[in-house]
Formats: sequence, C-alpha cells, structure tokens
Amino acid sequence: MSNTITILFFGQLQDITGSNRAQVSMASNTDLLREQLIAQFPLLEETTYVMTVDRKIVRQNTPVDERSEIALLPPFSGG
Amino acid sequence: MNVRRSHYFHHSRVVKSQLMQANRSYERYHRQIILKGFGIGAQQKLTGARVLVVGAGGLGCPVLMALTGAGVGTIGIADDSRVELSNLHRQFLYTTHDIGKPKTGCAKAALEAMNPDVSIVAYHTHLTNSVALEIIRDYDIVIDGTDNFQTRYMLNDACALTGKPLVYGAVSRFEGQVAVFNGHVNYRDLFPHPPKSGEVSNCSEAGVLGVLPNLIGNFMANECIKLITGTGETLSGKMLTYSALDNNVFIIDITPTAEGFTLLPKSATDFLRMDYPSLCGVLNDESIEIDAKEFSRLVSSGDISVIDVREEEEMPSLKNLSYRRIPLSFLLKNIDGLKEGAVVFICQSGKRSLQAARTYRDADIANHGQTYSLKDGVNGLITQGLFV
Repeated sequence: MSNTITILFFGQLQDITGSNRAQVSMASNTDLLREQLIAQFPLLEETTYVMTVDRKIVRQNTPVDERSEIALLPPFSGG
Repeated sequence: MNVRRSHYFHHSRVVKSQLMQANRSYERYHRQIILKGFGIGAQQKLTGARVLVVGAGGLGCPVLMALTGAGVGTIGIADDSRVELSNLHRQFLYTTHDIGKPKTGCAKAALEAMNPDVSIVAYHTHLTNSVALEIIRDYDIVIDGTDNFQTRYMLNDACALTGKPLVYGAVSRFEGQVAVFNGHVNYRDLFPHPPKSGEVSNCSEAGVLGVLPNLIGNFMANECIKLITGTGETLSGKMLTYSALDNNVFIIDITPTAEGFTLLPKSATDFLRMDYPSLCGVLNDESIEIDAKEFSRLVSSGDISVIDVREEEEMPSLKNLSYRRIPLSFLLKNIDGLKEGAVVFICQSGKRSLQAARTYRDADIANHGQTYSLKDGVNGLITQGLFV
C-alpha cells in the first residue's frame, strides 16, 4: 500500500493549494483526507467545493484506497 | 379566365420561391444533413426549436453563433450590458465599432446577417425572477451563459420549476464547466448554496484566456443541439470540466440530493419571493435605503420597528416616534441575538444605519426583504421637518 495519495484541485482552489495536485498521507476514508487537507490548507475550510471519489460526488464519509481518484471542484462563475 | 390564370401564375411563383428557399436551406445545412444519424429529420427539429440564451458575453457569443449557424429556428438573447473594449478578445460577435452599444442589438444584427433563416429575439434586460418565468415560457431550452451566481441560481430554479432543460456553462481562467440539468438533477445538487460573496472571482477579476469561453460555449451549443435532435448522448446528470492548459477533460456524475430538492422554490409564488441578490451576498443598497417620506409612511403604517444606531449621547432625539437606541458598535457585536420583523435602522447621516441594515440582512436570513436604512438619516428628517 502506497503511503501517499494524490488529490486533484480545480479552478480557484489552486490559489489556496498553489498547484493542481497535492500529495497527502494515505488515509482509509474521505473524512480523514479532509482533515489532512484542512490541516495543510486551512483556507479550504471556508471554501465552497465538492469532493469526488472516482468521479462521483461524496457527501458522507466514504472509504478510499490507493486506487481511488480524489478531486476537489469549486463552483465557477465566469461567463 | 384571366383571373384564374394570374392566380395560377401567382401560386406557381409562391411554390417556386418556397422550393428555392428549401433548396437554399438544404444547401446551407447540407454538411450536417448528410451525417449518419442526423439527416433531414434532425434539421427539421432544429428549425422548429426555440432556445433562450441568457448572457451574450464570453459564453453567449459562441453559443449564439453556433446555434445560428446550425439553423435553430428561434433564438432569444437576454443581456443588459453594452460592448466594452475588454470584451473583444473573446466575444467575437462584436467589433470595435460596437463599443458602447447594447450587446443584444449588435448580436441580433450580426446573427441575422450570418443566417437570415433564424429569428432572433432580443431582450435588452437584466433577467431577474420578476420576469424570468414569463420569458422562459416561450422557449424549449435555456442556456446559462451568465457571469454571476445570482442569475445562475435564479435560472436554475426557474428551469427546475418549469421543467425546462438548462444547459449550464461557466469559466474560470483556463478551465470551464459544462452540464445539462434536465429534470432529475439541478445545479443545487452540485452546490446547494451560492458561495459567499467575493469567494469566487469572475472573469474581470480573475482573468480568462480568450479562446477558453469559445471552447466551452461550443461544448454548450453541442449539448443544446443534441438535446433538440436527440442525437448522441448529452451531459445530463454529469458535469464536464475542461482545462485548456493540459486538455484534460474530467466528467463527474451528479446525483439528486434531498438538500438540492428542498432548496428549490416549489411554486411560481415561492420563486417570485426569492431574493437572489441577497442569497448570493450581493446587497443592493437601493432596495435597502428608504427616504424620509417613505420612512414616515412606513412608521405611520405601524408594523415596523425603528432602531437608532447612534451613540447614546448623540442629538437630537426624535419626537412622535417609538424607537429603540442600540449604538452600532453594540449592535454589530450582538447582531445574532436580534430578531426583528420589518425593521428600519437610522443614524445621523444614513451611513452607520446602512452598515447596520446590511449586516442584519446578512445575519438574519428570515428577515430578507424587510430590512431598511433611512437614507440621509436624522439630517434628512430635519430637512423635511419630520419627527424633530
């Protein structure tokens, strides 16, 4: 089992994370991933986004493994 | 005999001109009519279709151009803005000569020149919930090419309420989102509540690569054409994100949520009562501020409390008026404890009361639409000789 997992960031979340992806320590579920993300990027806590696991939106704690693809997507307003 | 002959000739001229028109149309759309799985049938569906494009900017321009080219029979354009120089790097319907002119008029002229078969209806107006249902009623599909959350949430709710398919698109710098909300999911299943005001920048603040909205607008037009003709598979129930930097396409599934459903207005009356600007943290001071005469009328009607936010020692005190004094500094600290029905804040000049009204309107969601600030404050009352 790999000891890190990649998280993808879209849109202006990249202003908070500084990049379109970040590595965090492998965790068994999305609640633990969220905690780590907020510890690393505190501004995420006050920001609107949806988290997806394997391109499905997760609203509740969801198990993840090293093959899971995790992404954070914010709303866009521009037109 | 002569009459019959001339009638015959007239009739044959009409038929001939209809045939010529049909031939021209056939020729114009030939390259898509010959597509397998498209054909004359799909073209006829496009001719019969009515599409409303809201926003004639970075997304609206490519959508309008593509739908006009494709031969959508009737296209409505709703926008209240004028062409600016900073639009021209991406909004290719407009020229340098159009700067300062209303976009709807310029767009209509350009699109009619592109394809005279298409009937273009221009609404030079800021589409709000007070008129949206009336306008949307005349269309089969609505396109969201707007640049702000208040209109996006308003359009989403209007389409969910009326059952109209909504093709959504939005851009941010190098990335764009496209989705189709067609009955079983809506934008609130993705983002139930609008982000806080200032949290998400628009193009004028964050910037946008010129080609990006043109790419995304064409994705939107493609979804619209597929919805009309029944060709292929749409993004219904999905959201696509495209990045111009690395050409990555990321498609996620959107599933219905209880919250997304609960937050929708359930009737036209509910919809009309929604206050989208304040829902999105856009406070319209014009709707908060009242003048001395309106203040006098509201107070005499009875059902409103008056809160004076000046400091305790500030003069003059007001006569023939029932009011409470809560200095602004105290009020701001204790705003969460305040529970008012209709309320008007006053101060000496109208500045502190405006801040109080804005803050209270933000803090007490139940109170939306009933919070006021007295413009020009006590100074204005003195000028009018009211309550002094």
